[in-house]
Amino acid sequence: MVEYLPILMTFGAAAAVAGALLGLPYLLAPKRVTPVKAQPFECGKDPIAVSEGRFAIKFAMIAIFFILIDIELLFVWPWAALYRRLGWFGFAEMLVFLGILMLGFLYIWKKGGLEWE
Amino acid sequence: MTPIPAPPVLLSALTPVLVILAAGALVLLLDLVPPRDTKQHLGGLALGGFVASLLASVWFWDADLRAFRDMIALDNFALFFNLVIGYAGALVVLLSMDYVRRTGAETGEYYALVLFAGSGMMLLGSATDLIVVFLSLELMSLSLYVLAGLFKTRLDSGEASMKYFLLGAFASSFLLYGIALVYGATGSTNFDKVAAALAGKAPDGLVVVGLGLMLVGFGFKLSSVPFHMWAPDVYQGAPTTVTAFIATGSKAAAFAAVIRLLFSALRSMQPDWTVLLWGVAALTMTVGNVVAIAQSNLKRMLAYSSVAHVGYMLVGLVAGGASGAGAVLFYLLAYTFTTAGTFGVISLCGRTSGDESVDVRDYAGLARRHPLLAFVLSLFLLSLIGIPPLAGFVGKFYLFGAAVRGGYLWLVVIGVLNSAIAAYYYLRVIVYMYMREPEEAIPAGLVPSFAGGLALAISIVGIVLLGVMPAPFANLAVAAVAPLLK
Amino acid sequence: MVDDSWYVALSAVLFTLGVIGVVIRRNPLVIFMSIELMLNAANLALVAFGHRFGSPEGQTLVFFVMAVAAAEVAVGLAIIVTIFRLRRRLSVDDLSLMRW
Repeated sequence: MVEYLPILMTFGAAAAVAGALLGLPYLLAPKRVTPVKAQPFECGKDPIAVSEGRFAIKFAMIAIFFILIDIELLFVWPWAALYRRLGWFGFAEMLVFLGILMLGFLYIWKKGGLEWE
Repeated sequence: MTPIPAPPVLLSALTPVLVILAAGALVLLLDLVPPRDTKQHLGGLALGGFVASLLASVWFWDADLRAFRDMIALDNFALFFNLVIGYAGALVVLLSMDYVRRTGAETGEYYALVLFAGSGMMLLGSATDLIVVFLSLELMSLSLYVLAGLFKTRLDSGEASMKYFLLGAFASSFLLYGIALVYGATGSTNFDKVAAALAGKAPDGLVVVGLGLMLVGFGFKLSSVPFHMWAPDVYQGAPTTVTAFIATGSKAAAFAAVIRLLFSALRSMQPDWTVLLWGVAALTMTVGNVVAIAQSNLKRMLAYSSVAHVGYMLVGLVAGGASGAGAVLFYLLAYTFTTAGTFGVISLCGRTSGDESVDVRDYAGLARRHPLLAFVLSLFLLSLIGIPPLAGFVGKFYLFGAAVRGGYLWLVVIGVLNSAIAAYYYLRVIVYMYMREPEEAIPAGLVPSFAGGLALAISIVGIVLLGVMPAPFANLAVAAVAPLLK
Repeated sequence: MVDDSWYVALSAVLFTLGVIGVVIRRNPLVIFMSIELMLNAANLALVAFGHRFGSPEGQTLVFFVMAVAAAEVAVGLAIIVTIFRLRRRLSVDDLSLMRW
């Protein structure tokens, strides 16, 4: 069982640090709550807007599409670095990869996912 | 500037998976062109994809292909699971054609996602590398998360989707960290190399922790106690046909990965994981059955019942060897037919809009109004109890028999006691159907279409066939685990 | 030169922090961020182990994990947006239509 000890200790240390970060402010920080301060927004000033703000859902949509197209670079980058050495086989592989990706892009496009309004 | 030689590519080892993926991509493309008002033809295409994949799997039987630097194996084990999952997928698509149209949720992406989930499940059976296990598990799970939230206007569906997603992703990260630790301990993620690195020496702490974390991850996917909390909510909130797919296909696929992992890569650690699984199996059976008694919602009851059935199957893993693992495979086949059929009947007892009839009381007097449907549902429930001569009985017989031979008598005692408890809540539904007066007018839509009827007929034939002449199928299951044990 | 095992230890710390985050936070977005932290802890461990073995395999695995994580983000955001449309606010405590 001794060999598990370092692992347990690491987990314990992590729990202690996390607990301390949450617990110490709770114990030490002064608490003088006024109604305005209890408002979660605008740091003690009178709030002038809804705290969450108003985000149009289309921003989230664009974010989702961006992530998907963006992460493709992860695979294109090492391919580009070795492009010459990989030869025609690598070229064909990348065509297949990008082809599948473009299929998804076509789908988003035709389904109206890119319409702003 | 030395050229890098092209690696060998053996795509034929992926044929059953590629067929399904191609069908999925085709469904997506055809979804973009008219006709827009009906998607029935896409359902047909999805069905064709699953059937073609089934045929390909039969064609490849007895093949032993390895591809992609030994990351993929197409052996009888993978092919057996291809058959189970292909059947599950085909049944789900047949049931869906009726169900999603009636509930107004028929879209092209529904069928595409079912296909993608199916391809992930099949890949899981073929995976012989930890990273492929992770990738295919995610391919399956991500598709199922979206499918669970198919009813975009219904809060319970959204809730099911969100819970499934958060807990599923949480479980995946446990699995991944376990994979990282096993890689750190053995220097490889390949099953054979992991097995070679572990052979003949006491496992060090890193591997043990890695095994534990991976079992936590799989425990979630299998919904074994204590990681079963998501199952009832997801089963209840998700569209019934999707529930059927989660209960059958995803469970079979997760078992495929667990069995291959434990029996080939972590074979030398069998004493460690047997002890662990003994406890999990006993807990899972008991908690699943006891809590199922308290349920009045049929989908929730079946969720807990499926938890209990996972417990029975874990008994087979504890028993180990060709007979234990073979019994699990046979049970999965029987369970797939039975469960897909049960959820199929429930999906038919739906109203055109709003909630389905999922409360036990909704089934009061069903025998008088729809004798055939009541009879069919009774057969499925009897098979779930394990009444001979239906599939469930033979499955349990093999499982418990293997455990007795393995010397795990107490576990079998717990299992048999649990089967007795289970009989209570299944029989209650049958009592309601045959002996109670109906409380309200019966919902519309109870007459199955041709597709739905065909799915139910296939399931009935399946459970009767498995129950009456189980030997050929049992031999098939034992042949399927043979490549793992050599 | 820092020993590899320190990176593994750090990854264990990050993983534990992620687990704690999932368990105690109530906002699905924050829970999801904690899950991402757990995934990245595993990535760090993979890279550290790969370095120990002097093989690029660990890093290649990370590529796939990152791609999966991105797909997970996309699906997760889509689900959260769908729920938000129905509910207008967001907390896992609200997700309590179904109990037991």
